[in-house]
Amino acid sequence: MNIALLASVFIIASCGLIYELIAGALSSYLLGDSVTQFSTVIGVYLFAMGVGSYLSRFVVKGVVARFIQIELLVGLIGGLSALLLFLVFAYLAAPFKLVLYGQVLAVGILVGLEIPLVMRILKQHYEFKDLVSQVLTFDYLGALAVSLAFPLILVPRLGLTHTGLVFGLLNALVAAWALWLFRKELGGLRWLQAQCASVILVLGLMLVFANRLTNHAEESLYADEVIYRETTPYQRIVLTRWKDDLRLFLNHNLQFSSRDEYRYHEALVHPGLQAVPGARRVLVLGGGDGLAVREVLKYESVEAVTLVDLDARMTTLFAQNPMLRALNKEALRSPKLKIVNDDAFLWLERDQQYYDFVVVDFPDPTNFALGKLYSSAFYRLLERRLTARGLAVIQATSPLYARQSYWCIVNTIQSTGLKTTPYHALVPSFGEWGYVIASRQTYAPPTQYLPGLRFVSSELTPALFRFPSDMGPVTTQVNRLNNQALVHYYEAEWQHQAP
Amino acid sequence: MLGPMFERGHRLRGRDFPAPSETRNIDVAIIGGGVGGISAAWKLARSGFHDFRLFELEDEVGGNARAGQNAVSAYPWGAHYLPLPGQAARAVREMLVDAQVLLDASDATVPRYDERYLCFAPQERLYRNGVWQEGLLPRTGISKRDQTQYQGFFQYIAELKQARGRDGRRAFDIPMALSSRDADFLALDRLSMKAFLLRQGWDSEPLHWYVNYACRDDYGSDYAEVSAWAGLHYFASRDGRAQDAESDQVLTWPEGNAWLVRKMREGFIQQIETGALVFRVEQGRGHVDIDVLQVAQNRSVRWRAKQAIFAAPAFVLAHVLANPAAEIQAAARAIQYAPWLVANLSLRALPEERSGAPLAWDNVLYDSSALGYVVATHQNLRTYTGPTVLTYYWALSNEAPKAARERLWNTPWSGWAEQILRDLERPHPDIRRQVERLDIFRWAHAMARPQPGFLTSAVRQQLGQLSARLHFAHADASGFSLLEEANYCGVAAAEQVLRALKLRFASSI
Repeated sequence: MNIALLASVFIIASCGLIYELIAGALSSYLLGDSVTQFSTVIGVYLFAMGVGSYLSRFVVKGVVARFIQIELLVGLIGGLSALLLFLVFAYLAAPFKLVLYGQVLAVGILVGLEIPLVMRILKQHYEFKDLVSQVLTFDYLGALAVSLAFPLILVPRLGLTHTGLVFGLLNALVAAWALWLFRKELGGLRWLQAQCASVILVLGLMLVFANRLTNHAEESLYADEVIYRETTPYQRIVLTRWKDDLRLFLNHNLQFSSRDEYRYHEALVHPGLQAVPGARRVLVLGGGDGLAVREVLKYESVEAVTLVDLDARMTTLFAQNPMLRALNKEALRSPKLKIVNDDAFLWLERDQQYYDFVVVDFPDPTNFALGKLYSSAFYRLLERRLTARGLAVIQATSPLYARQSYWCIVNTIQSTGLKTTPYHALVPSFGEWGYVIASRQTYAPPTQYLPGLRFVSSELTPALFRFPSDMGPVTTQVNRLNNQALVHYYEAEWQHQAP
Repeated sequence: MLGPMFERGHRLRGRDFPAPSETRNIDVAIIGGGVGGISAAWKLARSGFHDFRLFELEDEVGGNARAGQNAVSAYPWGAHYLPLPGQAARAVREMLVDAQVLLDASDATVPRYDERYLCFAPQERLYRNGVWQEGLLPRTGISKRDQTQYQGFFQYIAELKQARGRDGRRAFDIPMALSSRDADFLALDRLSMKAFLLRQGWDSEPLHWYVNYACRDDYGSDYAEVSAWAGLHYFASRDGRAQDAESDQVLTWPEGNAWLVRKMREGFIQQIETGALVFRVEQGRGHVDIDVLQVAQNRSVRWRAKQAIFAAPAFVLAHVLANPAAEIQAAARAIQYAPWLVANLSLRALPEERSGAPLAWDNVLYDSSALGYVVATHQNLRTYTGPTVLTYYWALSNEAPKAARERLWNTPWSGWAEQILRDLERPHPDIRRQVERLDIFRWAHAMARPQPGFLTSAVRQQLGQLSARLHFAHADASGFSLLEEANYCGVAAAEQVLRALKLRFASSI
């Protein structure tokens, strides 16, 4: 019996520390500033243990039964802690800290109660000096074991949620064990057994379903209802909808909101395409949602459109899903359209056609792979594909939030000998957004547009090309394959913007 | 498990070769198709001279600059990059112009390069204390003292780059033969790189790691066994510049320097004979007789050449030269060779990453006796990287070459594979799941080791002047194995040949 109880001290100690580590790690992940998170969590936790130790004096009768119940409670609260915190963070951002510290406090108090109670249970079997020595030895040993296992084995192999649940179950099993050891001395055995079984059942079920729940929590990071999700070899596609607002996220980055995407796409296509009267051949790079193609197809002179998008799942989805087809006006089913699912850079290197108008609508340069699509080498290839009067328009991130990035793109295009005309438009979902027209001949903005546009007009046009001084030109490096200057600018600027 | 055809090479020890069944005449014979031999042939062909034949023991030319290829990518088996060449490396620059890598005149001060061949960013990263950092010099968690010593070291190097000897030459130049012979600089050859650092009062642990890494990477040797002159040459000789690129950038290709070899040999593919083991070289009156075993037919041919270029490693020379002078034998034996192991790991997808700097071209692990890995698909223009190939380099420099060579041969594939995966598992926990194939190439004599004293030894002088008709053209003559050195030795030998044949040519050196 003595060995059994000391082993349970070891387990209790490890469990106690695990919950503290989970709280610290999780709050560091979710809130950042790991030094603050860890030290406040540890502080609150140790303080709570003190409170627990103090409170242990008020447990007078039925020490063993109380010990069993405390174990169950620690197992339940601690075991569910990671899961609970994930869910709280995903659903309700505000009271996260309240729940975090409340839970740290609760677990701390309960863990603080454990050791004094164990010592009182064991005191009939040991002399005082041996008791203190034995219990504390196992207590600290458990702490060592778990603090090593946590970063090396548990988090990498199990993840935070599962680690919590597994240790919660261990707590509950210690309770079950104690129940069995003291079965002859305890009253109300049935009631305790029922408590024990239900806690084990709850934790066991959670362990089985935790994946589904955390998925759910992840989805809740999106404000609206998720109506479609798919992980393709290239990206994670998520579509959300709230009332009439349909939103597309690629790798968690918003690509469009159906409420204002017309602003983005009208501004992307019409200032350029309208300035090439009688344009016949058009190329769209990126933009597998078909929204830019929709705008392009409004021109009767356009005979052939080639859409190059890496991800076949994207173009298929936007050609088939009724809701998305309505949004892009069946653009991806147009007989004038040829869809190519290939890497844009490699495809452009092989392509032999010439185009009157090219739309370059890639995701923002968030990493070195995407940075290549904004390099001087890429624009040099692009230049070769333009007809003499042809021009290209490039989406170029926000000149307001990422001013250096924007002008780096402009300067990079310019470095290849193309003429550049920067402009911008306000798209509420994105903020102030930037584009660049690249052309061989000097570009002159159109004075007239197609009828039926909702955003771009001849009255608006001069404003598109005027840059207020807070987003005016800056000198930057040219983005080359061998320096990837743009990715560095972009990282620095958007990090700065983050709340 | 791959490697040079060592049973072919080792036949030289036994000397049981069929007698030549015929004798053929040729103006020039080139023995060895590494970068030295290929450069010699390139210079001859480029000068309008084509009556030569190049004999290569292996089934393909390239030597250390050979490559493999699978469905995903080409990948190097050895040398994999070329630093931007400076003004002195004239032949290298001409070769790069021919290959349309260098886009201006070969003597342009700051030339343009084709951006597809300049190493894409990010070029290097270092895994240390569980985090990847950009660049190879340890930067995070570095003490003030370390930083002061970094500054001191790099300040010293910057001065050395500008320094000239009393003979007016740069203290360290590349090719190394053009470096100053000033005694002040030559004195550095008498101590090891490690001893030099300590003599300067630099004892910073990360600085020592960095310098040692450079020696292990370029010379296959621990810095305690590398001449300080050679160690400093690595840092202070390079003065290449390029438009739109930093001077420390390099030129690279998925298959490494094999790409350059392929470009160079375009002008003389007909003159190359592979699977050809030269087993005897005898100097006669007015000619050199070269006995060549055609390995596939097990048949020998005697080639009678007016001039011959010996572009195989120096240790082979003692085996094949008929009646070698004692000094030549001594010279050939004096050079120690570093054994290397190169592994190519074909991966299903990019491996999982630890935190810090993203995947670079060259990825180095601080606490590792190996040299890290380069990514063969790094120069790909593709946005999305699926399967890839990692080339893992390991100079077996922490024991004596002979012992290391035995270990290289006696350890089975599984033993090496396990050590490699265990090393890579630290930064990439899922590497074992991603590896589809792991090929190992064992280089028993990968490169000469520039030990203290190599520079001023009689050995190199001996190799430099074999005879009026036989010219040595292997980087062993420089004492260290670099493309620039092999190229210089090869071109210099070709020019001696052209001169001896009284042909007109424009010098490239």
